[in-house]
Amino acid sequence: MTKRPFLGWFASPSILIAFGIAASFLAIVQYSFRANIPGALDPGGFTLENFTTLWKAVYGEAFLNTVLLCLWTALFTLLIGYPLAYAMVRARSARLRSAILLISLTPLFLGEIVRTYSWMIVLGNRGFLNAALMQMGLIDRPIPFMFTMTGVVIALVHFTLPIVVVMLAAALSHIDRNLERAATSLGAGRVRAFLTVTLPLSIPGIVAASSTAFAWTFSAFATPQMIGGGQVQTISTLVYQVGFASFNFPLAASLSLTGLLFTVAVLAIFNTGIRRLERIGGH
Amino acid sequence: MRKSLLDHLLDWTGRILLTAILGFVLLPFFVVAIASFNDGAILSFPPREWSLRWYANAFQYRDFGAGLVNSLKIAAFGATIALIAGAGFAYVLNRYDFRLKGVLNGILMSPLIIPNFTIGLGLLILSAAASLPRNLWLVVATHVIIVLPFVVRSVYVSLQNFERRYEQAAESLGGSPWHVLRTVTLPLLVPGLASGGLFAAILSFNEFTASLFVVNQSTQTLPVAMYNYVREYADPTLAAVSVLYVLAVAVILLVVHKFFRLEKVLNVE
Repeated sequence: MTKRPFLGWFASPSILIAFGIAASFLAIVQYSFRANIPGALDPGGFTLENFTTLWKAVYGEAFLNTVLLCLWTALFTLLIGYPLAYAMVRARSARLRSAILLISLTPLFLGEIVRTYSWMIVLGNRGFLNAALMQMGLIDRPIPFMFTMTGVVIALVHFTLPIVVVMLAAALSHIDRNLERAATSLGAGRVRAFLTVTLPLSIPGIVAASSTAFAWTFSAFATPQMIGGGQVQTISTLVYQVGFASFNFPLAASLSLTGLLFTVAVLAIFNTGIRRLERIGGH
Repeated sequence: MRKSLLDHLLDWTGRILLTAILGFVLLPFFVVAIASFNDGAILSFPPREWSLRWYANAFQYRDFGAGLVNSLKIAAFGATIALIAGAGFAYVLNRYDFRLKGVLNGILMSPLIIPNFTIGLGLLILSAAASLPRNLWLVVATHVIIVLPFVVRSVYVSLQNFERRYEQAAESLGGSPWHVLRTVTLPLLVPGLASGGLFAAILSFNEFTASLFVVNQSTQTLPVAMYNYVREYADPTLAAVSVLYVLAVAVILLVVHKFFRLEKVLNVE
């Protein structure tokens, strides 16, 4: 490669940061095997108790909730994100393309709090959605969206949409349009050309986007905390509660570690899936 | 070629679907804007009377001002440090081979997979174990770790599209390595550096989950101050803050889009 070995020095600040990341990760691993001393921040001796505690129903339920939330969110985000990405990539005018991109990205740049708070106003019992539905005479009593899985999923889809749109748009824009044209010129309708050419070619992008959506939803905290209101517990909300309400940092650490290993396992499964699909696709 | 009836039907279904989805994305912000002008202390739709009192309240609440100042400081320091470290690393990644390069890359990119609450908890435990003070620098360090992968990616992409022949020409004309770096390489990388730095600053300004673990009363960021407000009060003050927030971010996005084109920054072209 290069003949200028001094360039290696440019890596030194990042090596320092990598040490910080590794150290904080080791701190979590170390704490998760330590006993908790109530009232003290310093942990006690080595133990496996934290991991046996995790078998309790509360934690199992939080794991199940988290997985369900991640799956529903990934599914709905894909269903909404795909048409958006498709419209953006295929838009004829540059202005429309920019507008779609800007609008679909706004949630990303507004942070979790503004978005979640806005959804609280939409989904509340006296919020916008219920008021509108009652005004139209569709319902007599407000539908409870707050503190339910439905409400959390709606807000999480909004939370995950931008990253999914960007990933799908990147995948769709790399598909050679001539393939679709060839299909059309051979007599396939637009629907058939899409279903037999474009959609299959975008499968790797779909898998990548849904695995990212899964990871994002897994790490969401403010949305399940504020919209779930303690009724929909996830790993992230439990980690915070165990850490800051019970000050049991060893247990919070083991909960985070288990969650992280779980995410990595799921992403690994997704990745194997992508590779297998690519082999089938003959890439 | 004349469009068939089916084609027209498809076009219109597509248009309606697109409008509905864009409406879904924008709906919460419209609703929050309406709520912010509601005179009552309890949110109800439609608002009976209108007023600006929640905006006045937002400006008077001291935690928001202090949080904004903290957030701006943290974003400025965090983005600068992440830009220097990330650009350096992207450069080395692109130009240089050494043992453990893969390991270093893996560790630095891991925050893309590790949930932010885990990163926050890890740094909180680490700082307690190493008896480091929980000051502003701990929050800055947390943000640097979280935004670094985005900077590395952005700079790496522009290094990949880089025309190496300009460097070679400068070298063959007798330029020293440092001189070439300063006068040829860096100026050519400016767009990548600018978008990476801007992206880092915006992400850091919005970061909430990890911050919640590492801040204290005096270092709380604006998102944390907003979260604490919702937990304590139910009035629409936060709607007013959200509207101001949305406006500020929209202006920044439009400016960035004007100068750099978001499609390029995000590599979706």
